[in-house]
Amino acid sequence: MKPAPFRYAAPTTVPQALELLAQHGDEAKLLAGGQSLLPLMNFRLARPSVVIDINRIAELAGIQQDAGVLRVGATTRQAALARWAADQPGWELLRAALGFVGHDAIRTRGTIGGNIAHADPASELPALLLCLDGSVLACGPRGEREVPARELFWGPLTTSIQPDELVTEVRFPSPGSGAGWGFEEVSRRHGDYALAGVAALVACDPDGRVLDSRLALFGVGDTPLRATDAEQALRGREPTRAAIDEAARLVGPALDPHADLHADADYRRSVAGVLAARALAGAVSRCEDGRVGATQR
Amino acid sequence: MGAKYFGASVPRKEDERFLVGDARYVDDITLAGMHHAAFLRSPHGHARVRAVDVSAAASLPGVRGVFTYDSFARWMKPLALFGAVPPRLAERVAITVKNVPQYPMARDTVRYVGEIVAMVVADNRHLAENALDAIEVDYEPLPPLVDMVDAAEPSAPVLHPEWGDNVAVAFKNTLGDPDRALAGADVTVRERFHVQRYVGMPIEMRGVVAEYDRRAGALTTWNNTQVPHFLQQGLANTFELPTHKVRVVAPDVGGGFGTKANGYAEDVLVPLAARELGRPVKWTEDRREHFMAAAHARHQTHDVEIGATRDGTIVGIKDRIWVDLGAYNSWGIVLPYNSVAHLLGPYRVTNLFVDVTAVVTNKMPNAPYRGAGRPEVVFAIERAVDCLAHELGIDPADVRRRNFIRADELPYEIDMPYRDGNPLVYDSGDFPATLEAALAQVDYDAFRAEQPRLRARGIYRGIGMAAYVEGTAVGPYESASVRVDLSGRVVVATGAASQGQGHETTFAQVAADALGVPLDWVTVVGGDTDAVPFGVGTYASRSAVTAGNSLHDAATEVRGKLVDAAAKLLEVAPDDVVLEEGQISIRGVADSALPLGKLVQASLPTFAAPGVAPPRFEAEAFHHVPTVTYTNAVHVAAVEVDPGTGLTKILRYVVAHDCGNVINPRIVDGQIHGGVAQGIGGALFEDLVFDDQAQLLTGSFLDYLVPTSMEIPTIENVHLHTPSPRNPLGMKGVGEGGAISPPAAVANAIEDALAPWGVRITATPVSPARIVGLLAARERERARVHA
Ligand SMILES: Cc1cc2nc3c(=O)[nH]c(=O)nc-3n(C[C@H](O)[C@H](O)[C@H](O)COP(=O)(O)OP(=O)(O)OC[C@H]3O[C@@H](n4cnc5c(N)ncnc54)[C@H](O)[C@@H]3O)c2cc1C
Repeated sequence: MKPAPFRYAAPTTVPQALELLAQHGDEAKLLAGGQSLLPLMNFRLARPSVVIDINRIAELAGIQQDAGVLRVGATTRQAALARWAADQPGWELLRAALGFVGHDAIRTRGTIGGNIAHADPASELPALLLCLDGSVLACGPRGEREVPARELFWGPLTTSIQPDELVTEVRFPSPGSGAGWGFEEVSRRHGDYALAGVAALVACDPDGRVLDSRLALFGVGDTPLRATDAEQALRGREPTRAAIDEAARLVGPALDPHADLHADADYRRSVAGVLAARALAGAVSRCEDGRVGATQR
Repeated sequence: MGAKYFGASVPRKEDERFLVGDARYVDDITLAGMHHAAFLRSPHGHARVRAVDVSAAASLPGVRGVFTYDSFARWMKPLALFGAVPPRLAERVAITVKNVPQYPMARDTVRYVGEIVAMVVADNRHLAENALDAIEVDYEPLPPLVDMVDAAEPSAPVLHPEWGDNVAVAFKNTLGDPDRALAGADVTVRERFHVQRYVGMPIEMRGVVAEYDRRAGALTTWNNTQVPHFLQQGLANTFELPTHKVRVVAPDVGGGFGTKANGYAEDVLVPLAARELGRPVKWTEDRREHFMAAAHARHQTHDVEIGATRDGTIVGIKDRIWVDLGAYNSWGIVLPYNSVAHLLGPYRVTNLFVDVTAVVTNKMPNAPYRGAGRPEVVFAIERAVDCLAHELGIDPADVRRRNFIRADELPYEIDMPYRDGNPLVYDSGDFPATLEAALAQVDYDAFRAEQPRLRARGIYRGIGMAAYVEGTAVGPYESASVRVDLSGRVVVATGAASQGQGHETTFAQVAADALGVPLDWVTVVGGDTDAVPFGVGTYASRSAVTAGNSLHDAATEVRGKLVDAAAKLLEVAPDDVVLEEGQISIRGVADSALPLGKLVQASLPTFAAPGVAPPRFEAEAFHHVPTVTYTNAVHVAAVEVDPGTGLTKILRYVVAHDCGNVINPRIVDGQIHGGVAQGIGGALFEDLVFDDQAQLLTGSFLDYLVPTSMEIPTIENVHLHTPSPRNPLGMKGVGEGGAISPPAAVANAIEDALAPWGVRITATPVSPARIVGLLAARERERARVHA
């Protein structure tokens, strides 16, 4: 379990990193926290001939709140963001999601940008980004572009970021005050990748009807997914237990999950529905004008 | 013997060095000019090796040697085999055992993923692994054997042509008249139970460093084996050297669990390369290799039929057992016969039929792992007893109460020999008392009372129990020596090397008491064949009993010598000598005390006078242990299952056990905790999965799930102490027991939690997907019935 031979470069600026990417193209791999890349290299499943370490690019790390958008530099550690979110009102969903990413040791090295760029379909943060309608900032030889989450995830470990591009920033829009959140995940053990998981946001009008509902799923497809039918089914309705269950029942049948050693496709389909109901109920109970918490529990 | 330390939870003497990072494992050993080895392993479950081309690899920078079977042909001798049938067992049970030699490297055929095809030695491990990439092997895939039941069929392709079939071990045994008994039963249950392949995952993987001294014609190897003396014999054999020219050192070892008690190819190949190249060579197993090529374990299928009368009295059991041995029969009868000898456990059942078939398949060979054949049979029988209780409508605790052998029935003989050929006679214990202690600790009645109320609220909790009676402390002996040095301090040496069990503490406790010295005056050494001429090793819950009693004998003898010498020095009768706290004194004369060191020094001649006594304050003992002693336990698990997700949470885990007299209760607790954690791993998580091509799918910790501290509940131990009459210290083994019952107890609890659905748990690990699948199938069935 030693990596195949590679050359190592450690640029200190984004232009230098882009220059190296341009020079080595497909042969190069960016190294952020290394928590996903290095195991692949040690198994010789990834064999980059050049490793470009972006940890020394100071401008890539940092957290900023800007007009309701949280802008997180790509090499910001997951643990740093979790620490930041620990006492930030309005970011409970982010905090909850980060709590499910691996373990302390992993989060101490693993980065936000690396996590999104790695695009594991069972990963929490990509689903969260999708739930919040967030985006990433990518820099490349053709300049800088903002890629919305909806256009980012193409398949397992595949994104629309090009090999000569670098993710510089991840942008999480605020869920908005008054919205309730829910986050549910099933994994075999604490800290494992999800067998299935759900992030939910619900906002209600003063009459207690659902204004907006969002449901992002992970671990149940090639990419994180929005459960649009279920979202739609709740909008404009009173979020009673029955309404939630009805919406959640739409989740499973719309999925085409993979099977692996840990769970078959039926399991993932069925549990996605169960978790969707729980996450929605959680979101409604936390929602300012939601009623489920008051009347239905 | 004063019992100052025996029975006390003194802190472990070895812990400080482990905790501060001063331990010295095989991988910490670096010798001048050392090279590093890496192995090319078969990627196929079954294939003919048509050609191996190492020329490109051999010419890479830093590569010192590339070896195949042919390179070492002169020295390729079969790996060690264990588990022959002892004559007195053969007289009673007709057992078929087939073997074929397994060589350290594949000759023309590979029979499991991970089998060694070639070896590279280079300046460092990176270069060695690069060279592996450059070796070209032409494989011709052959049909693989994957499923153990299929492999036993006469129509299956044959793995070792010389056998004619794939059955490596076969025997039947009958007690009483099981057919008649079962025909007369009011209720019978038949079920097939399956225990998956899983194995210990020591944090420290295997490792070998070897150095051949050409001048002395002697080999030294550092190897984290559990059995240094077995390895020494094996290497002496391979290298055709006298035993004393082979030194095996097992330094600090980070976990063994049986996995490190095998004869492995790497044990031989690393020393062969060291001799060939005239340089020390190191190999450290990586986790990928460990999954493929360190012994696997468990893996049995049981077709059980069990019957009882209406009142819950079990009248008979039949069990057809398949054991998946992997590609070679390395351990003979050990696993299959262990399962049979432990089948009845605490149950008073006199009608039994077993039919055992151990087969070879295209997998890494199977070997004993903490429990060694017991967890599998306990799963099958304790699950079957719960199914029976369910059919009878009697609480599972009451079925056990009715059928457990009572204390006044002991010694209790089961009419079959133990694996060592001696009669199978339970020597000690009170099985019903153990059961009641466990149930009281968990407050069984309160749980049962609350269970329906919680169910009504949609909370599904269940409780399950599983008992075992375990033959522990396999003999026939272990060596121990005791020597007092010039300062009066004590060196204890034993063949029972430690892999983390705390021997440096427990053996010091025994010696300190027997000698009458402070605990920290005793240094325990093990794991070095130069320090210990003969020995057996640490496995089979054996060291406290076998080495402990030898040590007690040796220390008592040394104490006698010290007292005799002191009598001469103090000019009193031996009866008037007091030896306590490392001081000798005349009974009743307080100011006569002298430290032990002064006595030893006074025993050496001076220019003025000869010593007061011969200065040989040492002794060696080999306490004979012809057969095992029986530890018993009852485990109880209380769980909550989420029917929506299939997740199981273990709420309580109680172990009531009786391992006789205990040297150090805290160490016993630790042994049980570790075992239970591994057992919970087997119950819920761990699974070595092969596909239909005999390809190993679980080659990393991403796929093979070992429980972490987050998955293991607090484990509550209740200790009962019925001393064994079979050894002077009254001890019984406890190393393995923790791992035996958890799969059965947890599965019983899960099935109990899911009682409203009426599903049956027949296999481990009980994953969330398996639970949700069972519930969904049941819901579909119900829907069909209602439609
Ligand atoms: C035991 C364990 C458990 C884990 N559990 C979870 C879990 O439950 N949930 C979860 O989400 N993750 C989990 N992870 C993964 C962890 O979160 C990783 O850190 C993360 O997926 C990748 O981030 P990284 O910074 O380590 O990236 P790296 O491993 O350094 O890189 C990953 C990939 O992203 C690319 N990359 C990195 N940064 C950029 C960038 N700025 N622009 C473009 N490409 C980039 C790299 O080239 C590489 O291909 C686990 C990891 C381990 C080892």
